[in-house]
Amino acid sequence: MIQVFIKEFNSFLNSLIAYVVIGVFLTAMGLLMWVFPETSVLDYGYADLDTLFSMGPYVFIFLIPAITMKSLAEEKKLGTLELLLTKPITDLEIIAGKFLASLTLVLLALLPTVIYYYSVYQLGNPVGNVDAPGVIGSFLGLTLLGACFCSIGIFASSITTNQIISFILAAFLCFLVYTGFDSLSTLINEGGQALWLKQFGILYHYESISKGLIDSRDLVYFFSVIGVMIVLTKTVLSSRQWQP
Amino acid sequence: MSLQIQNLTKVYGQQKAVDDISFTVSEGEIVGFLGPNGAGKSTTMKIATSYLPPSSGTIKVGNYDVVNHPLEARRITGYLPEHNPLYLDMYVHEYLTFSGRIAGLNASKSRARVGEMIELCGLTLEQNKKIESLSKGYRQRVGLAQALVHDPQVLILDEPTSGLDPNQLVEIRKLIRNVSRNKTVIFSTHIMQEVQALCDRVVVINRGKLVANDTLPNLLKNQSGHSALVIEFEGGVSSDELKSIAGVLGVEEVGNFKFRVKGASGIDLRPEIFRFAADRHLSLLGLKQEEGSLEGIFRELTASV
Repeated sequence: MIQVFIKEFNSFLNSLIAYVVIGVFLTAMGLLMWVFPETSVLDYGYADLDTLFSMGPYVFIFLIPAITMKSLAEEKKLGTLELLLTKPITDLEIIAGKFLASLTLVLLALLPTVIYYYSVYQLGNPVGNVDAPGVIGSFLGLTLLGACFCSIGIFASSITTNQIISFILAAFLCFLVYTGFDSLSTLINEGGQALWLKQFGILYHYESISKGLIDSRDLVYFFSVIGVMIVLTKTVLSSRQWQP
Repeated sequence: MSLQIQNLTKVYGQQKAVDDISFTVSEGEIVGFLGPNGAGKSTTMKIATSYLPPSSGTIKVGNYDVVNHPLEARRITGYLPEHNPLYLDMYVHEYLTFSGRIAGLNASKSRARVGEMIELCGLTLEQNKKIESLSKGYRQRVGLAQALVHDPQVLILDEPTSGLDPNQLVEIRKLIRNVSRNKTVIFSTHIMQEVQALCDRVVVINRGKLVANDTLPNLLKNQSGHSALVIEFEGGVSSDELKSIAGVLGVEEVGNFKFRVKGASGIDLRPEIFRFAADRHLSLLGLKQEEGSLEGIFRELTASV
C-alpha cells in the first residue's frame, strides 16, 4: 500500500496537479477571507473563521474531483491497472494507497490556512478572543469532509475510463452528498422525516462538528461514508472476477 | 517452479474463449504459446496471473493455485501484459524501483536488482529519462525489466515482440534468452520465426482448443505426412504426364511448366523425376525438395475448425 501511496503522491508532485490544487485553493480562500468585502473577516466584525469553513467545502467540491479523476480512470485506459492488479498486492491496498495520496494532498492544501487562525487570533479584541474549540472542530470537520470527497472521487474514477466523466460524476456526487440531502429535506413538511433525511447529508454532521462538539455519531457518519465508497470501489475493481 | 494448466476453460457469455486446455511448462523451459489472433492466448495468460478467474479448471504456478493463493503465485511470477502498459510520466529508474518495491523487495535489495536489470536490459543510458520519451524498443525493454526485477521463477510474456523493427526484435529475443536461464518461461506470439529462435517447445491453440504441444522438430517431421517437390521444366510436359510417374500422389501446376508434386512420405521422388525427364529428353530446370515450413505448420494446425 505504501508503495502505491508513494507513487501516486510523487505523480502529483511531478505533474503540476499538486501546485495548481494548493495554489488555487489558497488563492480562492485568501480572496474570500480577506479581500472580497461580502465575506471578508475584516469587514465582518467578528473574529472567526466562518468564511473558511462555509466556503471551503464548495471549493473542495471542484478541487477534489480534479485530484482524483485520473486515479483509476487513467490506469484503466492505459492498461496499467492490469499491471498493478497482477502485482502481489490486494485490490484494497491499491485503493487505500490512492485514497491516502489524494487525502494527503488535500491536507497539504489545508495546512497553510492554520495561519488564518493566527491572524484572526491577533485581530480579536481583546487579542485571543476566538472560539478555539469551534475552530479545531471545524478543521477536523473539513478534513473529514475532504476525506469523504476523496473516497467519492476515487469511486467515480473507478467506474469509467474517461477522466471528464469521472470529474463531473465526482463533483455531482460530492455536491449531492454534501448539500443534496439537506435540500431534499426541505421538501418534506413533516419534521421527523425531514431530520431523518437531513442526517444522510454531510452538511448536517459537518455543522454539528463545527460547533466544536466532537460527537462520535458524526465521526461514525464520516467514516461510514468513506468506508462505503471504498467498498464500492473495491466491488467495481473486482467485477472483472465475476462469472456469468 | 513449473506452470501447470489443467482442463482450463474460460467462458465469456456464450463464447468459449478457452476450451479445456491442459499443458505444463517445466522449470528451465521456454515454451512458445501460439495461435491466431483471438485464439485465447491472452485470456489464458490473464488467468495465469490471476487477473481473471477461470470458469473451470486450475492453473498452478509452482505450488500455488492462482485462484486460492493469488498473492503467493504473483510474487513468483513476472508478467508482461499485451501492449506493454507503462506509466509514461515516470522515470525509468523510478518505475523499476516502484515495480521492485511493490513486488515485495526491500529498499536495498530493490536498489541492487534495479541496477542489475538496467544493465541487463541495456537501459543504462535511458535510466534517467521519462518513459514517454523512449522509443518502442526501449519501452519493451522497460516492460521486460519490470517483469524481471523481483527475480521471478515464472515469466509470462504476452507478445513481447509485437510491433518492433527487425533489429529490436533480434535484441529483445536475445534478451529473453539471456534472462530465461533457470526460469520457466511462456510467451505468446504469432510469429513463427520467433518460436524457432527461442523455444524448446510449442503449444498451439486455435479457437480456445489445444491443437499441438510438441517440440519444433517433431512438428516439422509430422507435418501432413507426405513430401513435396517443386520442379520446373523448359517446356513440353503436362501435369497428367507427371501423374503417371510411380509414387506421385498429386500434381499441382504452380507456374509456367512449374509443378508442385506430392509424393507418399518416405519415398524420394527425385531419381524418378530425373529419369522421367531423361527418357523424354526434357530439360529439367529446377528440382527442389520442399521443407515443411513453419508457416505451413501454423496454417495447417489453425485452419481446421
